[in-house]
Amino acid sequence: MLKINNLHASIEDKQILNGINLKVKPGEVHAIMGPNGSGKSTLASVLAGREDYEVTEGQADFQGEDLLEMSPEDRARAGVFLAFQYPVEIPGVSTINFMKTALNQVREFRGQETLDAVSFLTFMKEKMKLVEIDQSLLSRSLNEGFSGGEKKRNEIFQMAMLEPKLSILDETDSGLDIDALKIVANGVNKLKKKDNATIVVTHYQRLLDYIVPDYVHVLYNGRIVKSGTKELAQELEAKGYDWIKEEADATTA
Amino acid sequence: MSNASKPDNQIDQLSKKFDQFETMLNGSKGSIHETRKAAIAHFLKNGFPTSKNEEYKYTDLDKAVSKTIDFSLEPNASEFGASELEFGKIKDLDAYELVFVNGQYQTEQSSVPNLDGVIITDFKEALSSDSDVIKNHYSKYASFEKDELVALNTGFSINGSVIRIKKNQTIDKPIVLRYINSVVNDQTQNHPRNLIVAEESSSASVIEIYGDVGDHVSFTNEVTEIVIAENSQLDHYKLQLNSNKAFYTGTTQVMQASSSRFRSYTFTVAGSIIRNNLNVDQDGEGCETHMYGLYLLNGNSHVDNHTTVDHKKPNSYSNELYKGILDDKSKGVFNGKIYVRPEAQKTNAFQSNKNILLTVNAIVNSKPLLEIWADDVKCSHGCTTGQLDEEALFYMQARGLSKDSARSLLLYAFATEVLETVEIEPVKAYLEKIISDRLH
Repeated sequence: MLKINNLHASIEDKQILNGINLKVKPGEVHAIMGPNGSGKSTLASVLAGREDYEVTEGQADFQGEDLLEMSPEDRARAGVFLAFQYPVEIPGVSTINFMKTALNQVREFRGQETLDAVSFLTFMKEKMKLVEIDQSLLSRSLNEGFSGGEKKRNEIFQMAMLEPKLSILDETDSGLDIDALKIVANGVNKLKKKDNATIVVTHYQRLLDYIVPDYVHVLYNGRIVKSGTKELAQELEAKGYDWIKEEADATTA
Repeated sequence: MSNASKPDNQIDQLSKKFDQFETMLNGSKGSIHETRKAAIAHFLKNGFPTSKNEEYKYTDLDKAVSKTIDFSLEPNASEFGASELEFGKIKDLDAYELVFVNGQYQTEQSSVPNLDGVIITDFKEALSSDSDVIKNHYSKYASFEKDELVALNTGFSINGSVIRIKKNQTIDKPIVLRYINSVVNDQTQNHPRNLIVAEESSSASVIEIYGDVGDHVSFTNEVTEIVIAENSQLDHYKLQLNSNKAFYTGTTQVMQASSSRFRSYTFTVAGSIIRNNLNVDQDGEGCETHMYGLYLLNGNSHVDNHTTVDHKKPNSYSNELYKGILDDKSKGVFNGKIYVRPEAQKTNAFQSNKNILLTVNAIVNSKPLLEIWADDVKCSHGCTTGQLDEEALFYMQARGLSKDSARSLLLYAFATEVLETVEIEPVKAYLEKIISDRLH
């Protein structure tokens, strides 16, 4: 589904990604872990098409298409979903209205019929139930004045609505208490299907107790320096990141 | 080099015009003519405001008018078609209406109620019937000595409206004053004059609509005096649907008595030069004033909103929210003054001006001014000017919205804060349509 090959990216002439290689197949859950500043969020942003970053080398292929050539909206329409670390507050636009506009543009792109008000509402109610979110929240201005937990839950709701092939959760656990974390993870698990994949970007192992990864990758200095299974995440939780750093620094030195 | 085709400057043209006006009035000058004469003398002496006048620093009307307007022309006064007569008519709005084209009152198109509670007449008729409202209130609030544009309007005041809402009356429908310029064949100029008096414990809404039909330049210089007696409520709308060749200057001068409420809504969607003066005197305790403004500009439009609230007595409130979206090379000016006099303790006064600039060539000059002499007050003001939020745009694109629809959704959301203050549903729907068409 996703093949990343030797991906390099920079922001304002500062090199952040230094050759990422990653393959994600349908049905898989990949966790990307790493110390602060290792490039985790940059990778997520580059895949979603944030224009602040410049790809200087390498390729990313999504379902046979050159992902890096696509506009952010076309990536979303093709099935890439980024759950933001810091969801943006947009006064004056309700989540419902926003999702209605977004969903219909996505459906049009996918060759599906657009939804009228009634079918949209039916569809939305189904997804609301799935991710345990209240309609009163969705009638309010998008993320405006939402708590951290409400914002993240709204991200998962939008993910449910847009039915992506590849979901990238960027530090979705940051700032969540354990109850909110469980609700969010529960939502993600319910949305898991055989033909879609998830990349979970996180600093802590905690989230991975609830969203169990098939593969764990450790990012350091813009490279994947170690890959393994969920046991690697537990090891990182127990021992911290220093041993990884030492190992990686020794190899490059 | 002399310009042989234009021997007279604007001041000479207007001086001659006033002589013609007096001849035309022959025998029916009415009680206000001495005021007209004093006002025009004041105007002819001082001319149009220039940028040297601090109040007109960013809007040099003298320069703008002298290049463009020919006051010696006689505007077309008849033969208007449906395009003029129907322009700016709000669908589904059940209202009392006075319609004017090139300043001329259109009896056929107007619908004036025959009610006990309200008297709505065109200005000319009110003059000829020696109206007490004119006698008691005309030119008592908008001082021609303080503003040349008020002086010019006062000098030529004959077309417009006189509205009296009687004591304890609530008017069931909004009152619409529609001023259309027909500029199909040539320029036009007019000087609408409105006088609105809401007597004690009354309530009404007045909607002024301005527009142009045709490709030529129009010049409108309007003055509205509003008196709101004790315990009364008046909502006043200005819908400026002018063309991008319109010159429009207007002064709304409001006098509020105790426990009265005034709400003002100003919507501007185009115009070559638009200058709005909105001055509110709170001359009683417990007054409430709301001022909302929205300007959506493109091309070379220049729109200047100057507002003043003068809190003179205790326990009063004012709130102001003006927002602008400026595209292309358009220019916006906002100047908001709040005065809190020594006696006006326990005043709450808030002001906010927010602008979005869509290009590097669009400009806004925003200047709040608070002068507070009382010590027990709550006042705040804020102004922001910036570009569209890139992070918000990316967020929306990342959900599959095209950049264009993300942009219009964000702009529409920005405008909504002002739009949603409109309580008359058909007016709101009408404005929503204009605004969403513009932002798409």
